[in-house]
Amino acid sequence: MLEIAGTAFMALGALFFVAGTIGLLRFPDVFCRLHALTKADGMGLALVCLSAAIGAPDGGEALRILLIWVFVALASATGGHLVARHARRAGPPVREVRP
Amino acid sequence: MTVLLAFDLLLAASIVGLAAATLLMRDAFAMIVAFIVFGMLLALGWARLVAPDVALAEVAIGAGLSGALLLRTLAHLRGGGLSAQGGASVSAPTNGATQGINALLAGLATCALGLAYLGAPQNVPGLEAHVTDAMPESGVTHPVTAVLLNFRAYDTLMEVVVLLAAVIVVWQVERGLAETPAPALGTVYQGFARVALPVAVIAGGYLLWIGAEAPGGAFQAGAVLGAVAVLGLLSRHVRPAPAHRPLARGTFVAGTAIFALVALGVSGAGRETFEYPPAHAKTLILLIEAMVTVSIAATLAALFHGREPVTVATGKETT
Amino acid sequence: MIALSQATIYGLAGLAVFGLGLMGVLGAAERLRRLIALNLCAAGAGMVLIAAAWRSPPAVPDPVPHALVITGIVVMVSATAVALALIRRLHSLETDTDD
Repeated sequence: MLEIAGTAFMALGALFFVAGTIGLLRFPDVFCRLHALTKADGMGLALVCLSAAIGAPDGGEALRILLIWVFVALASATGGHLVARHARRAGPPVREVRP
Repeated sequence: MTVLLAFDLLLAASIVGLAAATLLMRDAFAMIVAFIVFGMLLALGWARLVAPDVALAEVAIGAGLSGALLLRTLAHLRGGGLSAQGGASVSAPTNGATQGINALLAGLATCALGLAYLGAPQNVPGLEAHVTDAMPESGVTHPVTAVLLNFRAYDTLMEVVVLLAAVIVVWQVERGLAETPAPALGTVYQGFARVALPVAVIAGGYLLWIGAEAPGGAFQAGAVLGAVAVLGLLSRHVRPAPAHRPLARGTFVAGTAIFALVALGVSGAGRETFEYPPAHAKTLILLIEAMVTVSIAATLAALFHGREPVTVATGKETT
Repeated sequence: MIALSQATIYGLAGLAVFGLGLMGVLGAAERLRRLIALNLCAAGAGMVLIAAAWRSPPAVPDPVPHALVITGIVVMVSATAVALALIRRLHSLETDTDD
């Protein structure tokens, strides 16, 4: 049962990574690409980590995998922010979108 | 099995492809990024070859810190930014015939090496039997740590000396060079640094401790702590000042000094240099590893920072 | 017929990386690119060593080449740092004389 769940999460995570990568390759500018990367890959990473944690031999290892997830997610969010910030300052002005 | 074989072929092809892409990228920034990605995939390949220690070292040092050093230099060459505007990515015209001969010679040398590699016996026992036999006397249970810190400790001592020499040379060469201030990275980055840096310090300590029985050890831990220091430099939590120089010099030398002192200290009374008494081997190895870790971390951060902090007249972050 | 083991695949890939690096060291025009090519050479040599240390699964790999390659990685980053310091210095000397 757990094994099936683990495999399913892994496959779903891989799907999110593929979606993120297609977005990275196909979207027109830095911000759209970042949107695809940070959101889709964040979800993909969470699913892959969940799958790995389910498959871990003991609780300590599962905890370490979840910690890895937390910090990779934090780092990728910060990295995404830094890339967007640099692009915003260096590139052409962005059209403001009003709600 | 065939799925794994397909994965290996795909990964090996990606590694070679990224190596080629690194050399062909026009923009120097893209070239460095390709090199970092190359390092990541290389580490994955090493994990597939059951070499987790090497994979950790490659990710932390070969890809991470080398990449940071390269990007820092590129920012310096481009006058503070990373965007392509300076002359750093303009390639000089080269002679086509010379290029062709170079490529031909490099190709021939590689083919010869390839034939030699394929002709050599594979999958035959090497030195692992000797290592396994000697493990009980080493003081640790992880073979790679035993080789690094005990059986071939002389190599490792020399390696720490190489790091020390590197930082001395960098400080000498950079003397009088104009300082390029690190970019201010904003509040989100500051918040990230506040959360991540303490945890990264713990992760470094964990890697050092676990090295005795599992993949990890002084170099990986030193690289993680060095990365902490680099992030600290970027977030300006760490501000090198001239007053820090004696402390920095002491830290650079500490690893080499303790290593050499222990090596010489255990000799005598019928023992050779580096022949730790088995009862105290683990303590001595951990002592050396801890000091070497701190030294490596400080040295790597100093290599990233580059120039020796000198008198305040340079305008380095005075607050 | 050569057995297509992991040692063969990654060993030959390592040699290819080494060869590409060698070509870059000899042929690249810019200093940074030449330095990266040298790093590729070192990585390729490491790959060959680690591939040669590999043993088919029940057996564990030879730890001695592993230790050698870890040493090599650290030595290479030291050499890279020194080369980069020289590059920065040369660059500042050149821009000084140009002005």
